[in-house]
Amino acid sequence: MIEIGLGHYLSLGAIIFFLGVIGIFLNRKNVIVILMSIELILLSVNINLISFSIFSGDIVGQIFTMLILTVAAAEAAIGLAIIVIYYRNRGSIRVEDIHGMKG
Amino acid sequence: MVITSRSTINSVFFLILDFISVGCLFIMVGAEFLGMIILIVYVGAVAVLFLFVVMMLNVAEQKQSWFIGKKSTHIPIGLIVSVLILLELLVVVGGWKYKDDLMSSSTLNLSDISNTHQLGLVMYTDYILFFQLAGVILLLSMIGAILLTFRQRKGVKKQSYFNQISRNPSSSIELRDVENNKGVKIDD
Repeated sequence: MIEIGLGHYLSLGAIIFFLGVIGIFLNRKNVIVILMSIELILLSVNINLISFSIFSGDIVGQIFTMLILTVAAAEAAIGLAIIVIYYRNRGSIRVEDIHGMKG
Repeated sequence: MVITSRSTINSVFFLILDFISVGCLFIMVGAEFLGMIILIVYVGAVAVLFLFVVMMLNVAEQKQSWFIGKKSTHIPIGLIVSVLILLELLVVVGGWKYKDDLMSSSTLNLSDISNTHQLGLVMYTDYILFFQLAGVILLLSMIGAILLTFRQRKGVKKQSYFNQISRNPSSSIELRDVENNKGVKIDD
């Protein structure tokens, strides 16, 4: 029976961060998966902040986690709205179709 | 699973599973308030938002394995970069040595009040500016999302208050003499 320590939480955060980054790079389907990868990265940041906050006994890390949660929710809302209007205009949200950024 | 699922809807479900697990971890490690906030905000709002958008956009026909694409030159680059980042993070985490006084630098760790109470004691006093900035960010995102997705449809009959109120009897009532055995043609 091992004791769950700070290193385990940091490893979990690192693995989730890695999954988010690899999800952004390897994506060939659509933009929604990229947004979900960004959510994963923010979640790993939250894991790091909360584990440090708990294991060092400082409450400020949890406050920063709440602020990150706020920003993540706002970002998800704005990103999904942009995706919706893009789909309404173009009819596709595939990644390789989006290279027409010419205004 | 979130990033390798074939269809987008499966990855949304795995994302929800991920959020629930992390919320349970937060509750177990002692941050009860943030664990519940993760469960409520992420699973209740953000993931359902993703689900709505996925179902609304009808991306089911875009299923495609990301191995059989066209010349995908960026996949090995992405793999290399990601594995490098993971290795660096694991090396940093594995070689971590704690300072001895890390555990004792507690600013506010009174064990007789709850976690939510502690958060409130710090958040509404020292970090009130950040709290209000978070509120402003939420308001801005709400206004932005509504403005982005708002569109005016044609052919929808709406109530026009100004025209309704500014009518007067002299312009809206017309008197006609009706002849016998003939109707009245109402002009439209």
